[in-house]
Amino acid sequence: MGRQPVLSFTPRGIYCAAGDFYIDPWRPVDRALITHGHADHARAGHQRYLATPSAAPVLRHRLGDIALETAAFGQTIRIGDAQISFHPAGHVPGSAQIRVEVAGEVWVASGDYKTQDDGLSEAFAPVPCHTFITESTFGLPVFRWAPQADVAAQINGWWRQCRAEGKTAILGAYSLGKAQRLLSMLEPDIGPILTHGAVEGTNRVLRAQGFTLPDTVPVTPDTRAADHPGAMVIAPPSALGSAWARRFGTVSTGFASGWMQLRGVRRRRAADRGFVISDHADWDGLLSAIAATGAERVFVTHGYTEIFARWLAHIGLDAAVVPTEFHGENLDSEALE
Amino acid sequence: MKRFAALFARIDQSTRTTVKVDALADFFREAPEQDRMWTIALFSGRRPKRAVNTTRLREWAAERSGCPLWLFEEAYPVVGDLAETIALILPPARNQSDETLSYWVGYLRAMADRPEAERKQQVLAAWDRLDATERFLFNKLITGGFRIGVSQKLMTRALARATGRPEPELAHRLMGNWTPDTATWHSLIEAEDAGADASRPYPFYLAYQLEAPPETLGPPEAWRAEWKWDGIRAQLVLRAGEHFVWSRGEELMTDRFPELACARDFLPEGTVLDGELVAWDGAAPLSFSALQKRIGRKTVPRKLLAEAPVVLLAYDLLEDAGADLRARPFAERRSRLAELLAPVPDDAPVRLPAQLAVRDWSDLAARRADARAARAEGVMLKRADSPYLSGRKKGDWWKWKLDPLTIDAVMIYAQAGHGRRANLFTDFTFAVRDGADLVPFTKAYSGLTDAEFREITAWVRQNTIERFGPVRRVTPHHVFEIAFEGIQASARHKSGVALRFPRMARWRRDKPLREANTLDDLNAMLRIHG
Ligand SMILES: [Zn+2]
Ligand SMILES: [Zn+2]
Repeated sequence: MGRQPVLSFTPRGIYCAAGDFYIDPWRPVDRALITHGHADHARAGHQRYLATPSAAPVLRHRLGDIALETAAFGQTIRIGDAQISFHPAGHVPGSAQIRVEVAGEVWVASGDYKTQDDGLSEAFAPVPCHTFITESTFGLPVFRWAPQADVAAQINGWWRQCRAEGKTAILGAYSLGKAQRLLSMLEPDIGPILTHGAVEGTNRVLRAQGFTLPDTVPVTPDTRAADHPGAMVIAPPSALGSAWARRFGTVSTGFASGWMQLRGVRRRRAADRGFVISDHADWDGLLSAIAATGAERVFVTHGYTEIFARWLAHIGLDAAVVPTEFHGENLDSEALE
Repeated sequence: MKRFAALFARIDQSTRTTVKVDALADFFREAPEQDRMWTIALFSGRRPKRAVNTTRLREWAAERSGCPLWLFEEAYPVVGDLAETIALILPPARNQSDETLSYWVGYLRAMADRPEAERKQQVLAAWDRLDATERFLFNKLITGGFRIGVSQKLMTRALARATGRPEPELAHRLMGNWTPDTATWHSLIEAEDAGADASRPYPFYLAYQLEAPPETLGPPEAWRAEWKWDGIRAQLVLRAGEHFVWSRGEELMTDRFPELACARDFLPEGTVLDGELVAWDGAAPLSFSALQKRIGRKTVPRKLLAEAPVVLLAYDLLEDAGADLRARPFAERRSRLAELLAPVPDDAPVRLPAQLAVRDWSDLAARRADARAARAEGVMLKRADSPYLSGRKKGDWWKWKLDPLTIDAVMIYAQAGHGRRANLFTDFTFAVRDGADLVPFTKAYSGLTDAEFREITAWVRQNTIERFGPVRRVTPHHVFEIAFEGIQASARHKSGVALRFPRMARWRRDKPLREANTLDDLNAMLRIHG
């Protein structure tokens, strides 16, 4: 009692008093440790940034010329009285959990994570700790993901069908992470793969880092559907149904998201197909990840926080919800997912 | 069930009507007869007798999936559908089944009278033989409410496609009291004497809301006007020595309105009336809330019968002496109706409402402004020479409501109120649909009852997706009718419009999200009224 907690929840973000740094802060701070490049975790305006070398190129691509240092996965760094290290979160390429140790007590802020190995991101590795901070985007027992190969078969089957019917398949997915994961699942011999500028920008960055992605054709103002029969187009969700998409003539639209598990969301999205695939852990994934840390105490953030925390308490953990004001600004979790 | 599940998947995957019609037409051409009959039955609101109540279903599903009941109950509102929640929460099935839709219908019916322990075993066994989609459909067979994006109209169109028969004829054939037990494909769809079912009503003709000024309808002489009553649309069918009362939703309501039985004493066989059921104080309708007490009651206590007696305000005659009059002009049907009802005593439960003179439009507009005094909600305009069509078709019938403007919108943000309502969510932000997006366009604070605010508050707590200080973003699910007095273009609002005096006119629990209005609808209102 009386001792400062290793990490605390402040209006600026997760704060470590012993090291005087923040994790994924959303207001400008002096020193920010960044789990990954998604907009709700990596914001502009901090004095100094620290991230993994594989997250760094995307951060520079998105945030421009920032003061960025890197720490390799597993490398321990001392900041003030804290020892910190980054560990794979399996969420998107370069994404990390951050381990913070102060005077022998270990906390892990996991950012966003998934336990399923997507073959592209560095695979999730559980980190033993006393206190674990977990997301709960899909923290309900109705969310259960199928193996990636099954979803790949559905998507490629849909693509083949579109090709046979003379339609262009347009698949909406977030441009960092999900889009590249989907690219890696496509069978390139079905037809040409076209990409929206936002997706191709990230592709270029990741390819330069050594991630292997299939060949893609960036869509330009001159792109016409007739020149690319049987094409699959990967674009951010907002581009579907926009003027941009009209150039492809007769299309079939698809969305790839964990929310597609819910029929109501699928229908609201009004796409022709919904594919259930997420870069967040499903119910079983969350629980197995938490169990693997051996943590006695769990803080739950982002998602079905109250319900998930109640379940954790039900199974004997000391679980608490991260205070409500600690959920950042208005971001469409569905689009980011 | 695999063929039916494949049909469902084709329908559910698409938002395009043509795709759905094609899928259903293929099914009606290829599926076994009993499956075709059950498919028609299910999509027209007929379902097998409920074998298990939903409380037990929840308990069994929670138990089978290793969840405490509270966790199941938390997940249910997020999913929004009980059948779907169960289908998703159960562990993957260990077996599979090639049985047909009718087999599973029979399976459920056979267990309906068994002891509970046996029913539980049967349901658990079924769940373990069905994949996620089949399970969802199996659960839907139990819980009913088979609304899966197929309207009866759409199904009728597919049936017309598959059989080559005209759609209006099929629409009429599908009305009435039949079930897959009492009818065959031949008797329902093909037999030449379509009058086999004495209870069968006619497909209702539905009016459109008049948005433009009435002058656009042409010379007033061509029109007939009457009050637009705020009641329950109904047909009274008198055939084979019996009477039948049908709702617009094709629900048989005969027993709920026993006072209509004596219509048989005044009216001849082979009569079908179309009109509005209202609670009646002897001279004028009572408020809709008086009628509401009668809705949903299968049997009516004597006290309530006295407090809120119901009459049918009959405004159209669809069948006279057994002959279908629908092709005759409205003016002719209406005068025949007046003749028929002339000898009926004043205290009879069937009354002929007066018509309003249509000398000129401005005169009628002045009458309309008095609608509230007449306990009506506006004026109905019917073209004098119009036949009685089926479904909602533009042109011949218009409702010219008193309420100036309404739009059905989706609640997306909620905020707690102040003072007395500090513990309730009372301030809401509403959105219209724009393709796949939801565009916020107004806030509204008032219009719900305290009970409704309490209910929505509980729902908001369970369906918060994100919080920003006092504001919660909630799962887009509930549709509300927003009433307002005016609409103007506004650069300050994301939607481009600002509303005058917006309020929640009613909670449209009957409307799924996809039936909420769109940004295009809002812009159309702006063009007309802005
Ligand atoms: Zn993320
Ligand atoms: Zn995130």
